[in-house]
Formats: sequence, C-alpha cells, structure tokens
Amino acid sequence: MIETLSILSKCIAMPAVSLAKDLPSVDLSWAGFIVWMPLISLTLCGLCAMFKVRTKAPAIITVICLGTSFVLTVLLWQGYEQPETIYLFDWVQVHWADGSFIANFALYVDSLTLLWMLFVTGLGTLITVYASEYMEHDVGKGYTRFFAGVSVFLFAMTCLVMGDNLLVLYLGWEGVGFASYWLIGYFYQRPSAVAAAKKAFIVNRIGDVGLALAIYLIWSTFGTVQYEGITAALEAHTFDASFGGWTVHAIPYLLMLAAFGKSAQLPLYVWLPDAMEGPTPVSALIHAATMVTAGVYLIIRTYPLFILDSHALETVAWVGGLTAFFAATIGMAQYDIKRIMAYSTISQLGYMFLGLGVLTSYGAAYHVFTHAFFKAVLFLTCGAIMHGFAGQLDLRRLSGLRKMKGWRVVSYTMLIGCLCLAGFPLTSGYFSKDAILAEAFVTQGTGFKFLGWLAIFTAGLTAYYTFRVWFRVCCGPVQYEAGDELHGGDASSFHPHAPRFAINFVLVTIALGALLAALPSFIPNETEGLHGGWIAEMVNDSPASAGVPGAVVDSHAAHVDGHDSTHGSILGMDPHKAMYYISAFVGFIGIGLALYFHLFCRSSADALRTKLLSSRTTRWLPTAMEHKWYVDEIYIALIRSPLWILGKVFSMFDRYLIDGVLVNGIASIPRAAAKWFSPLHNGAVQSYAVSMIGGTILIALLMLFMPEIVDFLRTISEQSGEQSVALIGGGQ
Amino acid sequence: MMTSAALSGYLFVSGVLFAIGLVGFLVRRNLIVMFLCTELMFQGAAVAFVAMGRYLFDYSGQVMVIFILTVAAAEAALALALVVLLHRQRDTLDADAFGELHE
Repeated sequence: MIETLSILSKCIAMPAVSLAKDLPSVDLSWAGFIVWMPLISLTLCGLCAMFKVRTKAPAIITVICLGTSFVLTVLLWQGYEQPETIYLFDWVQVHWADGSFIANFALYVDSLTLLWMLFVTGLGTLITVYASEYMEHDVGKGYTRFFAGVSVFLFAMTCLVMGDNLLVLYLGWEGVGFASYWLIGYFYQRPSAVAAAKKAFIVNRIGDVGLALAIYLIWSTFGTVQYEGITAALEAHTFDASFGGWTVHAIPYLLMLAAFGKSAQLPLYVWLPDAMEGPTPVSALIHAATMVTAGVYLIIRTYPLFILDSHALETVAWVGGLTAFFAATIGMAQYDIKRIMAYSTISQLGYMFLGLGVLTSYGAAYHVFTHAFFKAVLFLTCGAIMHGFAGQLDLRRLSGLRKMKGWRVVSYTMLIGCLCLAGFPLTSGYFSKDAILAEAFVTQGTGFKFLGWLAIFTAGLTAYYTFRVWFRVCCGPVQYEAGDELHGGDASSFHPHAPRFAINFVLVTIALGALLAALPSFIPNETEGLHGGWIAEMVNDSPASAGVPGAVVDSHAAHVDGHDSTHGSILGMDPHKAMYYISAFVGFIGIGLALYFHLFCRSSADALRTKLLSSRTTRWLPTAMEHKWYVDEIYIALIRSPLWILGKVFSMFDRYLIDGVLVNGIASIPRAAAKWFSPLHNGAVQSYAVSMIGGTILIALLMLFMPEIVDFLRTISEQSGEQSVALIGGGQ
Repeated sequence: MMTSAALSGYLFVSGVLFAIGLVGFLVRRNLIVMFLCTELMFQGAAVAFVAMGRYLFDYSGQVMVIFILTVAAAEAALALALVVLLHRQRDTLDADAFGELHE
C-alpha cells in the first residue's frame, strides 16, 4: 500500500522528484507550508479575536490549517528518497574576516524528521478536532485564545523538528516552551493554573540555558550549527583524546540538561504534573504526545555528539531508568487520574531516555511514536470524563462508566490505551517497550543490567497503576459524584453529559492508531536483518543516528555479545524473544494485582493502605508515595527558600543601603542645612531689616577694629580690577 | 568754606533723620508709615551727601542727591501703587498680614 501511495503521490504532487533525483534544483519549497500553515492559522485566529467572533470559526480554521500541514507532511514522506535541505530564506548570517555564523531558515528533511512530523501534525489535527467540542463552553470567551495557542505550539514544534540547524531548533524549543506556558495558564483566573504555568516556564528555562550553551560550544568547536555540517565535521576528524578539548565532553551534558528539562526527567520533572492545570487537549497534545518528546528528538538528532564522551550515554540511561521507576512509584499512589497519566508520561519518557542510553535510538523513537498515540488517547478519555462529570478526576468517586449510556466509546478506547501503556502482549506499547528492555540487557555499560531489571519491575508497576485507573473508573458498580466545576443545579440532580461525535470520533481514530502503531515494526524493511522494521529504517536512515565511524556500536555485534552475558545464559535464548515473555509475564502480574485490589475486592486496597500506615516501619512508604516523595517540598527547602531569603536580603540592601543611606542620606544634608537657615525666612519685614542692619554694623565694626581685612579686600579688588582691565584690553 | 564743626552739625542732623527713619521702620506695622520711614532714611543720607560735598568742594555729593531724589520719586510711585494693590487684596495695611511668602 505504501508503494502505491508513494507512486500516487509522486504522480500527483511532485512529478519532478523521480526524474530529477540527482539534480539539486528539486523544488521542495512547498514543504515550507508545513511550517507556515500553523502561522496562517494563528493570524486568522488573531483576526477572529479582533472581530470578536463568537462561533466555532477559530477551531474550524485551525483544524483546516493543521490538516493541510499533515497532508503536506504525508506527501513529503511519500516523495522522500534522500535527506534534503529545503532552503526558505536567510535568517542569521554574520560574516567577519576569518569566519562566519550562518543559520538559514531552512528545513532539513530526513526520515527521522518525517517520523516526528507525521505524528506531530497528525495528532495535532485530531486533538484540535477533539478540542473543538471539548472547549465549547468557552466559545466567545477563551476559544480563540486557545486555538491561537495551539497554532503557536504547532508552528514552534514544526520549527523544532524540521529546522536544518540548531538555531531554528532553538527557536522552536523556546516557542514550544512559550506555547506550553500560554496554554497551561489558559484558565488564568485560577491561581493554581497561573502558578503551574510559571513553574513550567521557569523549570524549562534551566534546560534552555543548557541548550543555548551547547549550541554555542558546538559552533565554537565545529564552526557550524547545521546538522549536516556537524556530521561532516565529525566524519572528517580522527578522534584522538585531544580532539576538541573539554568542549566535546561538555556538549553532551549540556544537551542532556536541555533534554531533561523539556522532557521532564529526574531533576527537572516537577513541572509536568502541575502542567495538568491546562485544558486536557493541551495535556494530551503538548504534555504527552509531542512537546515532551522534543528532548528525545534532540538527543537522537545530536546522537553522534553523545558518543564523543564515554559516559554521556550511560548518564542518559541512568537518568532515564531511574526516572521511569521513580515516576511510576508516585503514579501508583495518586488519586487524580490526570495526575496518574502525567506521572506515567514522565515514566514512559524515562523509558525513552533509557533506550537512547542503551544505544537503541530505534527503540526510543519507536516508543515515542507508540506513546504519542496511546498516551494521547488516555489523556483524551480523561478529558472526556472530566468534561462530562464537571471536572471530576478522583478515581475513588467514579465507577462503572462502562455500563453507562454514551460512555462506552470512552471506556473501551481507554482500555485500548491502558493495554498499550501496560505493555499487554501484541499491543504497540508491548513491542516498543520490549525493544528498549531487550537492548538494556545486551548493551555493555555500567549497571545496564540493573537498569534493565529495574525497567522490567517498572513495567509491572506501570501495568498495575494503569489498570488501577481503568478498573476503578470504568468497571464495577455505577457510581459517580460531580466535580467542583458544577454550574447550575445541585450535586444530587447532576447528570453527566456523554461526549458527542467529535470527541468520540477522535478517540476511536487515535485508539485505532494506537493499535496500528504495533504494525510498523512488522513492515519489512529494505535493510537485511535489522530489527524493528519500518521505524528502524526511518530512524537508522537518518544521518543523525548513523554515529561516528569507529565509535558507533553495531547492534548485531552487540547481540552477539549479549549471548555471552549473564542474561543470555540464564534464559538461553535471544534477548528480544526472552523479553517478550518476561515483560508479558510482569505485565500480567501487574494487571492481576490491579484486578484484585481495584475490581474484585476494592476494600482490600484501603485495608492494605491502613495496615501499612498503622505499622511504624512501613508507614513511610504510602505517606511518601502519596506526597510524591516530598520532591516539591525538598525543592522549596533547598532552592526556593534560600532564593527567597537571598531576595529578601537584596531587597533590604536596596531599601536601606542604596535608598536609605546613599540616596536619602545625601539628600538629607542640604535638608538639614536648610532647617538651620530657614527660620531666618520668617516673613516679617522688620526682622529682615534688623538682620540687615546687624550685618551692616558687624561689617562696619570689623573694618574699624581689624584693618588688615580692609587691606586684604583692597588687594583682591585691585587684582580683579587689573584682570578685568587685561580682559578688556585683550578683547580690543 | 565750611568748618568741621558745622559739618558735624549737618552730619548729626543727618544721623538723627536716619535713626528716626530706622526706628520708625522697625517699630511700626503700617505699610505706608514704614514706607515714609524709608523716605526719611533716604533724606538722612542725602543731607550727609550734601554736607560732605560742600565740605570737600566736590559736586559729586549734590549729583548723588539728585539721583537719590529721582530714585525716591520713582520708588514712591511704585511703592504706593503696590500698597494700593495690597490693600485691595487684604483690606489691611499691616505688614504681618503679608508674611505668608516665607519658607
């Protein structure tokens, strides 16, 4: 089918490609519209806001524009043959005597770009359709603002993914951060939403500093910020120990800082759970499917740079693996289903970084791809529930949705999402997660085996908390309470309103996408013997992941090594196959536990919690997990409070030293002097006369009794007289 | 020719005039009276000028007196106009009533 489509698109859209493959003059500038369409949509939304449009027009405009972007991306993908740079216009060009800095606004299209763009624009369009219904209570109020924000986000995201150099990526990087801030703070009357938006923006800035410094160091080391230039520079060098000095070791860690900030990894993840304050389509699109994967994209794109430092990828793997575990433990103990999904996003992003660290950029990218679908569907179902039950998100207050009229689509699409997230056999999440897990066992690296077992254990936790949500919310007896966004009527007469066509349509489409995302790993690829099919081809064809000659670890060689490892000898079979059984087994255990605690015997979950809490030795476990391991509190104690105190000290310094002593202190000198003399100006004419007479008498007495003063005055007057005479003489 | 005894008589008169003017200026509150007192002090100074001019055979003394009279006349016109305006404003000629310009 792909071949047919490919031929079709070649005939329809770009007949020149097949003919002019070798010519550099293939005109692909129409691809620029992938980037411009969201910008056009933003402009039109702005016009809607200007003319105070009170209809759903902004949604229609945005859907059409983003849909066009998606169609163009598909056309570009079908016509794709080799990496291509599409020049749009000159952006930053600085030349001087012995160097230059060039960052054109150009698009770099290779298979990796296309992989990302396909799900970014595709899911972007679908989620906008969903939002057109979800946001309808805001028509005329914030509706236009919302879709303008989504347009800004898509523009920035396409810049980030498609830019041909790191500066365009940086533009997109900051742009998505800004759009995220904009949309998290959408409900700006709610203080918690404003605080969450601020938190997301500030935490992201920490990562952005890393990216800015990394770009600067890359430019100063390689003399270019274009991906092609960097790759060429890397291939041209022989990598002895002296190459690049400390910069090549600093670059990967700075890029990591950027990626961990944007993709919510361990030290910097705290913003993502709070970001759930935004409208749910935003959580689905930005904080689950697309923006948070920008960090993964950045690392895949700059993969060759990570191989320059021997411990860089190990660090990535460790941070990813620990984040996956850590976030899963928090997710287990939350009651807000949207928060649970947020922590599962952090956890799954951790898997992706683990994949990058253990040298399977294919596994990471595949997991990004499948995760985009199943996490989007999970968030969107959460949104539908929140929408229908007046903001209710507590899984203890919702039950049996499956049996309610109109909620069947939501329940079963949620089940599909949960199955994928839990890694149920033969779902997309199962394949993508296993690609990462298996590689953790075969790649040589410090503690990778431990990380592998930790990740398998985390997979069990994931299955448990995922199905905890589904069994609680969708199964069991029908019970519900309205949330706190109830408007009109009291809680007892509350009737949930089931989602209508737009939401159901999008849910079904994305759920199907989540199921079909398992297929790409089966579509055979042209490269013989490569694991992973179509996705692997998309990732490995990209020069970005080709790596540095001599430094890249060949996956086949790694597999051979893998058989000698402990893991291989224990199970005695290919790690990929073994992993299929192990992770399925672990997943079943997790689902089984959830089934017992949250469907068959719901009271036992509370009983277990009470039992843990009553014992002194185990009390810390549920307490700490429910309080998210007190990370926010630790940050407040370690960072916010010292900064607050420092700010107070500076404020005191400013108020008392600068303003008090220097400014007002100096001003008080003439004021004090004025106080001494101002009583003389009492307004009584006679007193002036007395002073005048007194002064005159004083002068007269002085002249009488101290004649030397008179002499002195005389000499002065004579001198000045001579001077004035000299002056007059000079003038003539 | 004027003797120095005669000169001291003139200067004494001049001093008395000046002192009367000065004391009057300092003790009275009525603007017109204060103004008249300044005129008295002027005349005291004028008498001293004329006497010294005569004693030293120098006509500058008389020249100075003519200047003083001219200035005094101009000043009288101006000052009386001011007094009229001030009186219109406050219905009084007490000098203390116009003291709010201080500080």
